[in-house]
Amino acid sequence: MIIAMAGQPNSGKSTLFNQVAGYKTVTSNFPGKTVKYTKTTVRFSGEVMEIVDLPGTYSLTSFDLAEVEARKYLLKKEADVVVNVVDASLLSRSLELTIQITELDVPMVLCLNMMDEAERKGIHIDTGLLEDILGMPVVPAVAVKGKGIREVFQAAIETAQTREKPKKIEYSRDIEEVVQTLERKLEEESHKLKIPSRLLSLKLLENDHYFLRYVTTPQVLEMIKEYQGKLEDRHGKPSDVVISSERHAQAMNIFEQAATVTEPEISMRDRLDDVLMHKYLGYISLGVILYVFFNVVFGAGQIVESYILDLFESVIPHLSLYLGGISLKLVEGLIEGFAGGVGIVLPYLVPFLIGLAILEDIGYLPRIAFLMDTFLHRIGLHGKAIIPVILGYGCTVPAVMATRILESDRDRFITAAISTMIPCAARTTIILGLVAFFISANAALVVYIFNLAVIVVLGLILSRFMPEITPGLILEMPSYHVPSVRSVLLKTWLRVREFIYIAWPFLIGGSILLSFMNYVGLDSYVNTILSPLTLLLGLPTAVGVTLVFGILKKELSLVMLMQALGTSRLLEVLTTTQILTFTVFVIFYIPCVATLGVLAREFGAKRMGYITVMTTGVAVLLALLVRVGGMIL
Amino acid sequence: MDTIKPGQKARVLEVQGGWGLRQKLSELGIFPEQIVTIATTSLWRGPVLVEVNSNEVALGRGVARKVVVEVVS
Repeated sequence: MIIAMAGQPNSGKSTLFNQVAGYKTVTSNFPGKTVKYTKTTVRFSGEVMEIVDLPGTYSLTSFDLAEVEARKYLLKKEADVVVNVVDASLLSRSLELTIQITELDVPMVLCLNMMDEAERKGIHIDTGLLEDILGMPVVPAVAVKGKGIREVFQAAIETAQTREKPKKIEYSRDIEEVVQTLERKLEEESHKLKIPSRLLSLKLLENDHYFLRYVTTPQVLEMIKEYQGKLEDRHGKPSDVVISSERHAQAMNIFEQAATVTEPEISMRDRLDDVLMHKYLGYISLGVILYVFFNVVFGAGQIVESYILDLFESVIPHLSLYLGGISLKLVEGLIEGFAGGVGIVLPYLVPFLIGLAILEDIGYLPRIAFLMDTFLHRIGLHGKAIIPVILGYGCTVPAVMATRILESDRDRFITAAISTMIPCAARTTIILGLVAFFISANAALVVYIFNLAVIVVLGLILSRFMPEITPGLILEMPSYHVPSVRSVLLKTWLRVREFIYIAWPFLIGGSILLSFMNYVGLDSYVNTILSPLTLLLGLPTAVGVTLVFGILKKELSLVMLMQALGTSRLLEVLTTTQILTFTVFVIFYIPCVATLGVLAREFGAKRMGYITVMTTGVAVLLALLVRVGGMIL
Repeated sequence: MDTIKPGQKARVLEVQGGWGLRQKLSELGIFPEQIVTIATTSLWRGPVLVEVNSNEVALGRGVARKVVVEVVS
């Protein structure tokens, strides 16, 4: 049995999904975080079900890639039942999608999520009445608190078994007439395309480009134009406006029958935006929030880092008492790789991800998009582009994926290109582990600001080369939510797990490999090949091999650096300028393998190549700049 | 809509621009005859925050300019 979960963005589909699937997909409080669908198989009261969590979509007309994905899946009609998850506090608007899903002519269940929020907003819904009007089970739920989950899936299983379809929602008489006549005439087309005739007729009347592309016969196109004309003549409005206004009216009508509205409770949360979104105070708060955020993360990380590194550093000299030759080298490599993981990466990664999860769940990310919109316009993007950029501080892979929330291909490419240069958690560990640890915390801050400045300039340059007008910001502001400890910790764990399972073995394996190469003298070949670059940047030639490893995983560069130079007390072998040059180069040069993979998948090999060449060029140029700067000062 | 002051209510008269923009805004509840409240505007020709049916939507300045409204008291 296949159960598909569909609904508008930020209605809680993923939260509901995670409640039954264990924690499988990341949930956040911003519209459009699910960009691909996730599947899971669960056993529930004796039934084996496949549950599909679709990206959010406002309607069956789609604008960004995530919405296209949702519609494609729904049109395939693989699901035995569609669970339409709606934010009950936005019922009237959400019903517009519900109406469109009923037109798909599939068994349905309506899940009224966030019932507590609806009550707070003064919206009281009579679920029984709504059930009668729509002709499908209506189940109230509060997914974050785990309420109503069992009932939703119970209803879904029953509906899938009876295969009972919802009632047809009748439009006003004159529109219904046009739709039904067209429906009859399109029967053949509908059969051929496997799209229900009512949905097809409505979408074609609405001039939906996606559905129009399916129609190839000129006579049919001619006929559609004729019927669109009929609606336009009668209502004096473009045909798409006629249909969408009618849908608004029907949704409103159902809402007014099934819900009563009283005065909303005014809470602290509503007042929050008076400060956080204020003309001036908004930016001050943003500055304070980010300052506190990074300070806490840096602070927490630094305390732990020095202890753990000292511990491992003290172990290594004792090893030679027990081991010798190649085995000593390999064990040393193993320990250094292990220490790199616990000592350098985790102390910063964990607090960073917890902080990010809290900001996400509160609902602050879309607010940052609003505040940054005006600046991003200056580099030819719009506010939503800030979301991939912020995620980029965590990991570049989800950042590149998140560009799917942007509408235009050009915006997606530019945003992805600049996101790859944002210091991800791995590169953050390099900045913190090298610059903050060996030079000073302020120097690390300067590196971040320098990085941002470079990104702004590059954004400007890319926009110049691709002078297309960005479609402009259209973004829903979700209400603030108090983050739940469980959700924050689970999300952090989900992301840290990626590191532990995927990156850490790389670190340890890479470290052992380097020890081995060092033992047999292979590393010097690599270093010789790269010596023109290292010489140009004024770095020791031994650094060459670490840069190659860095392409696999960026944090490898740091662990390898200590390996290659034979000490973790780097100041004994490097000058501060050399440390800065190395850091700047590592931040900007070729994205890691995982990022290259996702870039190739999302944008194609050619554009992945462009980004690689560009970032490497920028890295060399900037590292040189630091070297020259260091010589002058 | 980009010239309305924060706190003012307005009725949407028309969404100028193409089919895409019209549909997209309509999905978010911004369509002719709808009453909206401007919640916040921002500096340097930044976006505006519009409240519609107790839900907030941010619109870039360029988008807001394409929404023709009349102030209602």
